[in-house]
Amino acid sequence: MFIAVCLAILVTMSLALARALMGPTVYDRIAAANVFGTKTVLLIAVFAFLSGRMDLLDIALVYALINFISMVAVLRFVKYGEFHSSPDDDKVK
Amino acid sequence: MLAIDLLSWFCLISGGLLGTIGAIGMHRFPDFYTRQHAAGVTDVLSAFLILLGLGLQAGLTLAAFKLLLIFMFLYFTSPGASHAVANAAMHAGLKPMADKQD
Repeated sequence: MFIAVCLAILVTMSLALARALMGPTVYDRIAAANVFGTKTVLLIAVFAFLSGRMDLLDIALVYALINFISMVAVLRFVKYGEFHSSPDDDKVK
Repeated sequence: MLAIDLLSWFCLISGGLLGTIGAIGMHRFPDFYTRQHAAGVTDVLSAFLILLGLGLQAGLTLAAFKLLLIFMFLYFTSPGASHAVANAAMHAGLKPMADKQD
């Protein structure tokens, strides 16, 4: 039963990855990467139950946290073009 | 006992199916903003169903509590993340398809 759900999640992840590769705009890619990350969280959770090791759920939780932070970081990078310059120095944009 | 297994099995399968449908929707929709809806479907509802199915399997243990934590975090951050993407896209000037027709 868990294997069926694992396969369904893997199919979803591959479709999201295909959307990320084909996506015309960069924001499609970011959204597809977000879906991919969330599905990884679910895959780890289902695999924790498949293998019976419950301590994998912590990894799923940490992955969900990092996925959100990486989303915001990539968006900020796309918006400002780089990280190193502090926003207050006057730079000809 | 059998009822819980059946219910969790139903939740898991419907969550998996919903995820697949949402992912197919991400391919069929023409525009970025409509695809954002499909991504939202796979992100929140199928995650909820799958985690609910797993929680039913785990019963009232620490694992079920961790699943609840995962779901609560996903529940609050997924809409925030998709809002941030749509907001950044709108600021960057990506026009929704509806604007082009009229």
